[in-house]
Amino acid sequence: MTLTDLANPTRFLTLTARLLPWLAASTAVLLLIGLYQSAVAPDDYQQGATVKIMFIHVPNAWLSMFVWGVMSLAALGTLVWRHPLADVAAKAAAPIGAAFTFLALVTGSLWGRPMWGTYWEWDARLTSVLILFLMYLGLIALWRAVEDPSRAARAAAILTLVGAINLPIIKFSVDWWNTLHQPASVMRIGGPSLDRAFLIPLLVMALAFSLLFLTLHLAAMRNEILRRRVRALQMMQASRRSA
Amino acid sequence: MSLGPYASFILTSYALATVVVLFLIAWIAIDYRRQKERLRELDASGIVRRSGRSAMDIR
Repeated sequence: MTLTDLANPTRFLTLTARLLPWLAASTAVLLLIGLYQSAVAPDDYQQGATVKIMFIHVPNAWLSMFVWGVMSLAALGTLVWRHPLADVAAKAAAPIGAAFTFLALVTGSLWGRPMWGTYWEWDARLTSVLILFLMYLGLIALWRAVEDPSRAARAAAILTLVGAINLPIIKFSVDWWNTLHQPASVMRIGGPSLDRAFLIPLLVMALAFSLLFLTLHLAAMRNEILRRRVRALQMMQASRRSA
Repeated sequence: MSLGPYASFILTSYALATVVVLFLIAWIAIDYRRQKERLRELDASGIVRRSGRSAMDIR
């Protein structure tokens, strides 16, 4: 099966039906391994046991940006290549991305209170991630407000690409401005500054959450394809009745 | 495993992540059932796809 074959929603549904059980099982196994490694990871010499919050906060923060990146590629697919599944992919990803961003914000806040002495600070990193969360909600509202998916697709794609400007701002906010949030400690020039005792559980959890996203995204895309099929059939039914 | 004086912050973080992930899974599973149910109703009413295939043929 080639990539162009996936442009056919029916073929995509066939592939999804085959992949989903394997993806779900792999996600569950990796999550269990990651949670075990997180539980037995040593305390940090400064942060104590609160470092365990990092193992869920950081994967969710990475995915909050990654999902918007996926939606931006899908937006290009809608606007440039008019790929039949591009808008389906973007629409299906938005609620999942919003959930990851929400978790990144709340777990960051719960980590910040004992470490910084505050749940929230209007600094560049925290504020730019909050803006990302609000943009996710705005996109979801846009898709819900316009009944015809093809009409909503173009507006949503443009909004998604405009919103992508926020991604480098989030990533480099800790370098460009003086923020309370710590600078990058994994994806940085010179390699990760984290000790292996923390890095390995973090990478396992990041992989597990990435697989979780892939699984949920494929399942949500399948639902969206079926929703559009239902809509098309209901319109056929209505036109038959009126004829 | 001792979580120290900030155990409530750590446990709340993990509990919240669990709840949100389970909510996402349940929401997607319920949505799938709902769409299949609608397709079943359309199939029962005799509506077929333009390709001539049954509404319930989701593969």
